[in-house]
This record gives sequence, C-alpha cells and structure tokens, in this order.
Amino acid sequence: MADLATLRGLLRGLEEELVVCMRCGMCQAVCPVFGQTGREADVARGKLALLDGLLQAMLEDPEGVRARLERCLLCGSCAAQCPSGVNALGIFLKARAILAGYLGLSPAKKAIFRRLLAHPRVLDRAVAFAAVFQRLLARPVNETVGTSCGRIPAPVLAGRHFRPLAAEPFHRRCPSRETPPREGGPRVALFTGCLIDKIFPSVAEAALRVLDHRGAGVFVPPGQGCCGIPALSGGDLATFRRLVAWHLDLFDPGRFDVLVTCCATCTATLKKLWPALCEGPVAARARALAEKTMDISQFLVRRLGVAGAPGAGREGRVVTVHDPCHLKKSLGVFAEPRELIRAAGGWALREMEGSDDCCGMGGSFNLAHYELSKAIGRLKRARIAATGCEVVATGCPACMLQISDMLSQAGDAIAVRHPVELYAASLPD
Amino acid sequence: MIRGALIREFEAVFGKDAVFAAEADRLTYAYDAAPLEQVMPGLVVRPTSGEALAAAVRLCGENGIPLTVRGAGTNLSGGTVPLPGGVVVVTNGLNRILELNEEDLYAVVEPGVVTAKFAAAVQARGLFYPPDPGSQAVSTLGGNVAENAGGLRGLKYGVTRDYVMGLEFFDARGETIKTGSRTVKCATGYNLAGLLVGSEGTLGVFHRITLKLIPLPAAQQAMMAVFDRPEAASETVAAIIAARIVPATLEFMDQFTIRAVEEYSRAGLPVEAAALLLIEVDGHPAQVAEDASRVEELCRRHGAASLRVARGAAERNKVWEARRSALSALAKLKPTLVLEDATVPRSRIPDMVRAIDEIAREFRLAIGTFGHAGDGNLHPTILTDKRDREEWARVERAIAAIFDRALALGGTLSGEHGTGIAKACFLDRETTAATILYSQRIKKALDPGNILNPGKIIPAPA
Repeated sequence: MADLATLRGLLRGLEEELVVCMRCGMCQAVCPVFGQTGREADVARGKLALLDGLLQAMLEDPEGVRARLERCLLCGSCAAQCPSGVNALGIFLKARAILAGYLGLSPAKKAIFRRLLAHPRVLDRAVAFAAVFQRLLARPVNETVGTSCGRIPAPVLAGRHFRPLAAEPFHRRCPSRETPPREGGPRVALFTGCLIDKIFPSVAEAALRVLDHRGAGVFVPPGQGCCGIPALSGGDLATFRRLVAWHLDLFDPGRFDVLVTCCATCTATLKKLWPALCEGPVAARARALAEKTMDISQFLVRRLGVAGAPGAGREGRVVTVHDPCHLKKSLGVFAEPRELIRAAGGWALREMEGSDDCCGMGGSFNLAHYELSKAIGRLKRARIAATGCEVVATGCPACMLQISDMLSQAGDAIAVRHPVELYAASLPD
Repeated sequence: MIRGALIREFEAVFGKDAVFAAEADRLTYAYDAAPLEQVMPGLVVRPTSGEALAAAVRLCGENGIPLTVRGAGTNLSGGTVPLPGGVVVVTNGLNRILELNEEDLYAVVEPGVVTAKFAAAVQARGLFYPPDPGSQAVSTLGGNVAENAGGLRGLKYGVTRDYVMGLEFFDARGETIKTGSRTVKCATGYNLAGLLVGSEGTLGVFHRITLKLIPLPAAQQAMMAVFDRPEAASETVAAIIAARIVPATLEFMDQFTIRAVEEYSRAGLPVEAAALLLIEVDGHPAQVAEDASRVEELCRRHGAASLRVARGAAERNKVWEARRSALSALAKLKPTLVLEDATVPRSRIPDMVRAIDEIAREFRLAIGTFGHAGDGNLHPTILTDKRDREEWARVERAIAAIFDRALALGGTLSGEHGTGIAKACFLDRETTAATILYSQRIKKALDPGNILNPGKIIPAPA
C-alpha cells in the first residue's frame, strides 16, 4: 500500500467538487439509506465530509471511508435535491475508483469484473451455463410476479425471490439486426443491456415490435455486453473504460440516428458517465454517442409522437408507475412512460405515494447490504400495494428485479412490467 | 480519548449498533451547517429510547465528558459542533409523535421528529404548526426548540418559543425535570420552558416536548411586488405594518438575489428590479380578500413598479418557489456561504438594507440580501471561498460590522440561528458584563460539572 500522501494527491483532483458542499444537510430529507439508519456516514453530507477528511489529513482510515462510501445506492436523490448543486454521484464514483486504485479491488470483485464483465462473450457463456443449473436449484414461487426461490435454503440467496434467468437470452433470439426504416423513419440503434438480455428479453422484443410498428429502422449490433456501471460502482475504472471502448466500436455512429435503451440505468450511464469518466478521444466519441442516446419511452413519445387519446389513462385495469432514479432524477424523464401507458389504452393510471422514491436496489448494494435494501424495498412495496393495482410499470430492469422480490415475498399478485411491454401488447398483431 | 471500558459501558446500554467509536464515523459528527472548524468528538451515541437518552447524560456526567446533543445538524451558529473528545448524542432515533390532541390543540413529541413531517401530520388533521425554519425538511423539533428557530411566518405567527407549552428534559445528572403543561394556562412553578427554549443544549436534554397547535387558516393570497428602488420596498414593508395589517409572510429580496434566482431557476423574475416583496395574507376568506386589496393598494402607493397577484395554487407555488430557491441560487455562486441573521426592529429595515449595501462595498464582498422583512430579520448572505484567507479576513470584519450596525439600530445579533460558537464572543456588544456573569452563574448552578454543551452561547468565565 502506498502512503497516505499519495492518496491525498489522488483525491486532490476532487477538491474543487468537494468544496461545493456547504454541509447544510438537506440531503438527509431524501437519502433512502439514511432514512433507514439515521447515520450521518450513510448520507451524502457525511460521505463528502469523509472524503474531505482524507484530503485534509483529518483521518487516516481509507479502508473505513471506502466501507462507508459503499453504503450508497448511487440513486442520486441527494444530488437532485442539493441546494449547492454538489455532483455527489460523480464524486462518489470517482472516489470509489481512487480508493480501489489505492487499496486494490477485492479478489472476488476483481474476478467478476476483469474475467467476466469485461468480456461480453465470456459473460454470455457463463450465464448460459448458470441458466441450465438454475432449473435444478430454483422453483417457481409466485406466478403473477414470475419469481422463483431456492429449492434448498442457501445463504447466498438470503431468502430472495428472484426473476430467473431467461431460458433463451435476447442475444440468442436476435443475434444481430439491421433493418432499414420505412420512408422518412429514423434509424434506431438498440443497446440491450445485461439484465434485459439475460432476464427480461421480452422487454427488448417488445421494443423491437414497437419500433417496427412505427416504421423505424433498427440496428442491433452483435456482441453487446454490459454498460459498465457495476464495474464503475465497484471502483474498477479500467474495466468500465474497456467496456465503453468496446461498445463505441460496435455502435458505428454512421449507422443510426438515435440510440435507445430500455434500461434506465444503461441510459443514464451511456448519457452521463461514459463521457464524464473517459478521457481523450474516447471521451469525445462517448459525448457524441451520449447526444444520440435516449430512453425508449422518451424516444417514442418525444420523437415519434406516441400519445394517448384525450382522457386516456382514467379507466381500465389499474396500473401504477415507479420512477427509476436513473430515469427521473438523472435524466428528468417521468412524463413519457406514463404517456406510453396512456397510449396503450385500457389502463387506469393510479399514482402511488412517492413514485420517485428509490426502490432500494442499487445494483451491488442489494448484494452487499440486502437487509437495508429490503427495508427500503418494503416501503416501496407497501405503496405499490396501497394503489390496488394489477400491474406496476417501471422503465428499469434493476428496479423490476427488486420490486418483484418485494412483491413476491409479501405474497402480492401484482405483475411487474416495463411500460414498453404494455404499449407493445396494445398493438395489432 | 474515551477509554475502551467506557465505550463498552455505552455499548452495554445502547447496543453496539447505536455506539459509533470508529474514527470514520466520529468525523461525520464533527460539524454542523455553520462554516466553522471541525471538531472531532470522542464518541457518538444514538439512543432510541428515553431511558437510553437519560443513561447517556448520566454516563457523561459521571465521567465528566462534555456532551453535545444533535438533531439533524443543520445549525448555522455551531451549536452542534462537539467539544474535542466529547460525546455526541444524536436524537434522530427518538422520532415518535406521542400524541396529537385535536380537542385540546396540542401535540407531544420526541425531540427527533422532523419539523416538516410533524407539520404535515398536523395539517392532515386540519390543524397548523406554523414555525417553518428553512431547514424544516430535515431539522428536528428538538433542535428547533433548542435554537428557538423561526421561519417565514414569524411576523404573524411568532417563532418556536410561542408554541412550546411544556417540556420534559434531563438535567446534567440525567434526572427528569418537568415544566409547563397541556393546558392553555399554567402558572405552576418557575417557567423553566422559557429558560430552556433557545438554550442550545447547555441546560438540559429534551426528552418530550408539548407543542401548541392552532386551526389551519381557511384561505390565503400570495402576491409579488416589484420595485425599482430598494428603499421603496422597505418603506412599503413599514407602511403595511403601520396600516395594522399583519401578513403571514412578508419577504424581501434584493437585486443581487433576484438575479441569482433567475439565473438558477428561470422563474421569470424581473432582473432589472431593485427589490422584490413576496407577500402572503391568510385567514378567513373575506378578511384575506380585504387585506390583499389593501396591501395591493399600499404597494402601488409606495411605488411598486408592478404587482403580480397569484391566481390559484400553481401561481402561489411559483411565488414561493422563487423565495425558496434564494439560498440555493446564492449557494451555487461560491463554495462558502455565510448566512447571517442579525435582526432589527422592523421599522428600521430600510436603514439595515442600506447598511448592508455599504458594508458590501466597504469590504469588497458579494452579499445577497433576502429574508423576513416583515419581522426585521434579514439574511445578508456573504458569498466567499473560505480557502481565500485574505478574503476570509474581510468576511470576518464584515460580519462584525453587520452586528454593530444592527445593534446601533436597536436590533439583535441573531433572529433565529442562535448564538452558538459563532456569536458567543459578540454577546458583550449587545448585553452587559453583568448579563454574561448572570448567565454563567445559571449555567454553573444547573450544570456544575460543565458537561452540557460547554462553550456555547456564553463565553467561558475568565
């Protein structure tokens, strides 16, 4: 381990961003983790003070700071609400990378990020292998939600009700594609994303159906992988950058006008983090791609003019919408998924309390801090159930996983769908 | 340093999850929202029951360790900055509303209840708890009482002090002290609640607070008046008060702040305006209509260049959105923000606005001024970068100058942020040497071991 002065040197790059925090503490009002624990180290102000403490040599415990930084959903609620405009999310991601560089990655993370995630084809093979075994080890538990649980209690599952891996991932159903648009239609590239590819392929298929129906040309390059956010939040900047470069090569900008994803987290990562955390010519290419990147519902509503009939959304089967943090707080997209559901017809939109409160998933947070994640998720579940809905719709597969787990554990018969699935189902065959 | 044996004793009382001894946890309780030096506490505890809270006080007393109570840590005068090696007692785990009595119009709460959540729970029953400090979304009622927090409605509805009917608190030995009652009238014993409100944790630790509630006003009307001279705005404030109208809120914003808000939120504010008044009257619909038209007329008569009356909830919200974003808008301009709250008798607002302007020029500082003009409580907000030592020295001199000018106008050092550490050394400018001695004697009699948040409010005896 290098000496602390080296670490301070690395953190100095964050100083201008850190001084923006005036310690007003308003982030306490919105932080889901702090809401559960009441601990200052769990809220953005505390974490920023810790980084500042390392920088100012008030504290000599980088391991302790890292452990506390990891108790964060990276939901961005704090940044969205911050009076001073502190870029908390950006600071935390950079700090995680600096600390991982200084302290080293854990062997498990290193293996997962560098051997699997960094190599899309290897990851695909590993997951295909796991999908076979899952049938032996898991059994269905809630038909409406579509969840399974372990056949025998396993500590790694911690009683989770999970959405199983798809028997056939999207990249097998549609290895690649390049169809021309109908006259005047846009050329749209689809970035699939791991969770949609491997767990929710029906979402990507619904997107293709809608795009075809609307006359868009569709470009799906083969060999797609992860957007890199798991590696980045784990502090592995190298794997993140490798994945960015990989996809920039796959998505040749000459072949599409707009890039869409059905995953709020992928969209936010492509749009904001790819340009912000890469350097040199890669950053410039990432910026150009970011400008073309949109959430699927945003694209359908804003660019293609998909809209509900007047009065739509008032009568029909009851649906409620959960706003993913990466869609509403990061990108300001929240009207569009609702419009898409109105356009689908046959649905009564009923808002839940706090529709934009985080579901508690936070990617690897759910793995490392399941009890906390579950406590936050249970609040979400109660608010969903209180609407009396048949379906909860949300534009992020990670939220879909967490919400499915929570509904299923509570024994609710509420289906979890992506808004584009609801819209696709309304189209004529 | 706090001994390991003592830490284990705390752990035995509170459980391991509620005692934070690690350096990386303690550092996150070394500050509050005041731009002061951080001070590392020796231990942090987070009790979740009244018994544990009393035990924390007792353990600190027995071991002679200074104790600082902390709610949300949003204090602007350093009242929640701990003593070196002291214990921080976090009250946000004591967050139950114990009773909300609609017949007798009071509520009993634990100190860690968040102000805005309480106000919402009260409003859901058609009742009203008016104190609304700027940090209400996170601040705790215990903290509000300890600081005698104010807000935007002070002019008509008063401040936290006016709503405290009774208290149960622990003295320096952890014994329960009761004062006040659930009754409207109470002439029993000393008015200890009066002493404890605003005592910043130096005289006792709150366990239960009884708060007065009032009926929710049936109607309100908001408006925004635009002025091309700051004097015209401040004269209008004086004229409204003189006309025996008491608006619920009467807020002032200077040009610097208007421009910052507009730059930040594009709310459509008139950037050429020299000053704005944001006014809201509330009460019975008939009275609201009459007051609103009289205020309108007074604004015009005193030279309002234009007047916008909010039609409907959306427009009303827009008016207040502009005010609410004032601090955010200013905060985005510079890293360090010094939010002062020196207060003057409201008729002297025009003089104070002028004085702040002169001070900004004299010390070459950017100062945005906004605030509660209706109750004389302006917030001159100095924008700076604490790392710039030369400028910071000028900031410190400007703060002293603001205090002196406010005192010369018959005002006070702090309207609502408290004395804390930041203003303790200025206390002799407003009071007398005997006043400080008197306060020191009270402190010494009630807390002979000097463990309850020592060094706050009153300067240490020489």
